[in-house]
Amino acid sequence: MGVLSNTAALLGKELRTEFRSRELLTTTIVFILIVLVLFSFTFDPTVGESRRFGPGLLWLAFLFAASLMLQPCFLRELNNDTLSALRLSVSDPFAIFLAKLGANTLFLLLTELLLLPIFAILYNIPVAAVFAKLVMVFFLGSLGVSTAGTALSAISAQARMRELMLPLLLLPLLTPVLVASTEVTIGLLDRQPFVQWKGVGFLAVFDVVFLTALWIFGEYLLEE
Amino acid sequence: MWRRLIGGIAVLGLVGAAAYASFYVAPEERTMGLVQRIFYLHAACGLTMFTAFFICFCSNITYVFRRSAAADALAVSAAEVGLVFSTVNLVTGPIWAHPAWGIWWTWDARLTSAFVLWLLYIAYLLLRTLVEEPERRALLSALFGIFAFLDVPLVYGSIRWWRTQHPQPVLMGGPGSGLEPTMLKVFFFSILAMHALMALLLIDRFGLEKMRGEADIVRRELEAA
Amino acid sequence: MTPGAVCPTGIRFDDIEKRYGGLYALRRVSLEIAAGECVVLAGRNGSGKTTLLRIAAQLVRPSAGKVSFPGARGAGTNGADGGVRGATAYVAHATMVYDELTAEENLILFARLLGVAAPRERVDALLTEVGLAERRDSLVRTFSRGMRQRMAIARALLREPLVLLLDEPATGLDVQGTAWLAAVLRRMRDSGCTMVMSLHGETEISSLATRAIRLDAGSVVADTRRGASFRSILTFVDA
Repeated sequence: MGVLSNTAALLGKELRTEFRSRELLTTTIVFILIVLVLFSFTFDPTVGESRRFGPGLLWLAFLFAASLMLQPCFLRELNNDTLSALRLSVSDPFAIFLAKLGANTLFLLLTELLLLPIFAILYNIPVAAVFAKLVMVFFLGSLGVSTAGTALSAISAQARMRELMLPLLLLPLLTPVLVASTEVTIGLLDRQPFVQWKGVGFLAVFDVVFLTALWIFGEYLLEE
Repeated sequence: MWRRLIGGIAVLGLVGAAAYASFYVAPEERTMGLVQRIFYLHAACGLTMFTAFFICFCSNITYVFRRSAAADALAVSAAEVGLVFSTVNLVTGPIWAHPAWGIWWTWDARLTSAFVLWLLYIAYLLLRTLVEEPERRALLSALFGIFAFLDVPLVYGSIRWWRTQHPQPVLMGGPGSGLEPTMLKVFFFSILAMHALMALLLIDRFGLEKMRGEADIVRRELEAA
Repeated sequence: MTPGAVCPTGIRFDDIEKRYGGLYALRRVSLEIAAGECVVLAGRNGSGKTTLLRIAAQLVRPSAGKVSFPGARGAGTNGADGGVRGATAYVAHATMVYDELTAEENLILFARLLGVAAPRERVDALLTEVGLAERRDSLVRTFSRGMRQRMAIARALLREPLVLLLDEPATGLDVQGTAWLAAVLRRMRDSGCTMVMSLHGETEISSLATRAIRLDAGSVVADTRRGASFRSILTFVDA
């Protein structure tokens, strides 16, 4: 009945729900794909330029997609008031957030990894050699996006114009993630790939800061 | 009423004196000439903006744990006042940068962070307009305000490390570093004047917000009856 | 099902106030509900019944005052081990179960969250008890209103609650459904569970109550404990 077992149970529910319908995953993947293709129309991607601009555009696409994908996160809990049921059942409200941000991180990561080969082809950037390290930076970045996004999704679900509100709140907040993730990715996709450990560390710090903030303030986010 | 008038005159006097000082007391800067004088306004606004947002942050935390309407009123007042100074800061940046370096915008760590901060607090105020019920509005905006403020050092760090323009336009180093003594005095005086102005605006806005809150309560009671 | 046998738990409202902006949903409500009492809350729409129940469920934080559970195991109102929280069950208008999961998946999820021992067996027993055993593998989305209400009750009974809070539980139920609900609630009452239910008018279910309280505009205006009659409270006659 502790936080971890609650989180595991809820995470199971989130995953089961999504994999049953696959609505979020499919729409997110298609959205990112569209954005990537459109971006490629805005400049002439010679290989040199692709390596410089590509990662930034990739992360921008991820961020836009996330700000859409995270909207139903708490909105769907308002349906049938299941949020109240969760609040009544869990021993620590943080478990609700952990499960949701865990699921969101997983979904984001999945869409990112599925789109990586397509990105590599469209922008002529080989990624195979640094795949594992790319997974690492994708994970850390997605974790940051999900943590902040899950928290803000709880806020925007209670406001009017919630569809517009979430991107408005989330995107400025995620500038550090955008900058750091892009930089690390640029390093990894360079002709002489290298790991920018400063960036990796920075992303980890971002993740820790927002996870902690969520831990402290989570229960207030769920208040009625 | 008299207190406000005297306070207002005093603050105006201070601001006027600071303006005078930045034009006539501070020596002319070697390379940039006249336009450099806007630095006193620009940097002072930057620091004042930060103070205001810090007050907002503290009020937000107070509201979450104490739920006092006064904390909420102070938070929104501080956010609005901070946004005013933030806007002045952002506008004076290009005004200074263009004659000085030929570019409108410098991707300087401070300026860019200020821009993101500006966006965050616009979002904060926008969020407030989109939540009807007062206590809900106070709580949700307080929570967002806290997340936004925690983000500030991260925004600054990321931009300073990876997005600061090279070569770095010399923005007087940091406040106080390498500044000639008279310039330093004018600089600190400007900061004082801007903070005084901030305090005045804050007190006024806070009073207004409290009155609005009370009027709102009466209106809701009447509507319910 | 023998709830309440270990730690009979009452509910105590001390000067509860709930404000939404200038509107008072509840004004200085003080009530003492003894362990094992079965209370009916009556009142017009907007009189504060739902708010009071949600405060008792600890879903809503009062603007002033506090709610406590005398006799409960665990410290005061917020047992650190989820003591009181887990032992209080709440049934509302909304079904509070997931449409996209099956009946069984829903109950197992909540059983695991609540820390119910042997969740599968318990869920099996409950599904049979509420008559949904054959539909255990159907998505709740496909259920009728009556079946959803049975799901809601099943979810509430997962951890053998010591306190049961019900907000107009018979809404949308037909005659059979209401009779079934009355039988379930009678069993709960007889095993010592403290119950508070908000109802409209006199029904089969209201006859289970040992006490009735009427709310109007956020205040308690009548209480059978203080001499008012059941009938007058339930049928809104200004006594």
